Amino acid sequence: MSDVAGASSEIAQPKVAAGNDANAVAFRGGGFTPRSRPWVGFAVFVVLILLAEWGTWSGWISALTLPRPTDVLATFRELYDSGLLFKHLGPSLSRLCVGAIIGVSIGISVGVLIGLFSYIRSGLVPVVAAIFPIPKIALLPLFVIWFGIGEGSKYALIAFGTFTPTVVATYGAVDNVDRTLIRMGQSFGLSWWSIIRKIVLPGAMPGILSGLRISLAIAIILLVAAEMLGAEYGIGAYILEAGSLYDLERLFAGVVILSLLGVIVSALIGLVERHLLGWRT
Amino acid sequence: MDILLDGISHSYDDFEVMRDISLDISSGEIVCIVGPSGCGKSTLLRFIGGLERPSTGRVLQLGEPPEGCLNPLTYIFQDFALLPWRNVSGNVSLVLEDHGIKGAAAREIIDDVLARTKLSDFAKALPKQLSGGMKQRVAIARALAVNPAVMLMDEPLSALDAQTRELLMDDLVDLWTRQPFTAVYVTHNLAEAVRLGHRIVVLSRRPGQIREIVQIDKSLGAREFGDADLEIAQKHLWRLMRDEARAADAELINV
Repeated sequence: MSDVAGASSEIAQPKVAAGNDANAVAFRGGGFTPRSRPWVGFAVFVVLILLAEWGTWSGWISALTLPRPTDVLATFRELYDSGLLFKHLGPSLSRLCVGAIIGVSIGISVGVLIGLFSYIRSGLVPVVAAIFPIPKIALLPLFVIWFGIGEGSKYALIAFGTFTPTVVATYGAVDNVDRTLIRMGQSFGLSWWSIIRKIVLPGAMPGILSGLRISLAIAIILLVAAEMLGAEYGIGAYILEAGSLYDLERLFAGVVILSLLGVIVSALIGLVERHLLGWRT
Repeated sequence: MDILLDGISHSYDDFEVMRDISLDISSGEIVCIVGPSGCGKSTLLRFIGGLERPSTGRVLQLGEPPEGCLNPLTYIFQDFALLPWRNVSGNVSLVLEDHGIKGAAAREIIDDVLARTKLSDFAKALPKQLSGGMKQRVAIARALAVNPAVMLMDEPLSALDAQTRELLMDDLVDLWTRQPFTAVYVTHNLAEAVRLGHRIVVLSRRPGQIREIVQIDKSLGAREFGDADLEIAQKHLWRLMRDEARAADAELINV
């Protein structure tokens, strides 16, 4: 064993013993550092779709179980050609944007307040904990009474659904802002508002953005729920209508749109993260 | 502007951390505070800068801060406390913005302090790109930008490796010889204390009290790494502190 140590020294080059007791030290490090391989995700999608296509084509999967991907694609093209796609997508996107912006901005403000003030924290954390597990869909009839059957109740549902995860993510992020930076701000005589704007908010940004990933995904889920009542157009309305007619091709075309929406939102947040959080080590 | 500490004592609940500390810090002088861990050195510094309040006693400013001084009592922290999302010049401009100094006026100050700390080439670098020594120089530049009357340095070199520490000590001495500043310098490193301190205040272990104030007359510029008379002073300090440090080390922590 002793002969294999420190082979780089020039002064005394130890020779590896030709004999029997020289063993290489077994490597036991490595791993635990996942890296991004974008094409793998893409390949998994392709394989799954090909499997479905082959299954439905060969009759191994019945038409009642799963629609054929090419049929879904054809339905999608039809939707696009007829111009209905944008007629459905437009209202949905505006509901998603308005609802999410209301929910997220109130959520961030309340989260920052909870993160900063003892009384607000003690008062609101239990309230948020009580609201969080309520399935917001269950409150839809209530929202209709409160905000009307029109767009108001849809905005409210999405806003309410995005509010709670945003609050929780934000106050956690504010708690994690480095206190020495805040002390530094105070020691240089920065105003309270400057400390919030220049130290607390940028410091909390990583946590807020990762919370945003969750809340925006929830917003997409709630979009469908919001369009269950009194919506003529919208992806949710389209899916629900297809579902009640058991039109699987159209159902799946709608679902694919929602999935794509999710992927796009997540990619957008990734973009914002790369832009805003380039300072992270 | 001078600083006067008048009979400062402090305790957390029943736990006495500091007892009757009186000290004056006069303009243009670097006062080092050394002591075993847990003697309240850093707490004392926070009292001087108004980040914490002592139970009894007062911290007094004698005289007015000099003209153009934006933040009379300015800290330099052990862990640099740079905003990681701002680049070097952004970190300096942070402390100017609240005083309404923007645009050309700010750029002039920033260029000046970055030149004085030899950082001119790194104005656009983010903290994550800088070594520890560079980060601390940015923090020093930021402190110089507000033209402080007194610099409060809380173990500014403790997070750095030994070589970088030597380099930064030279830089601090250079800065001081070019334009003397007043500083209270808290450290547990006696070599730093004898290199940079005009006076060295030795605190005893908890409750912190002043044990002795050692004066070093040799001018800062003339002091060098491994000076014989500094060695003697350092040995003297160590003798004062050794037993205290040992006892402090063996104490249970219940803060």
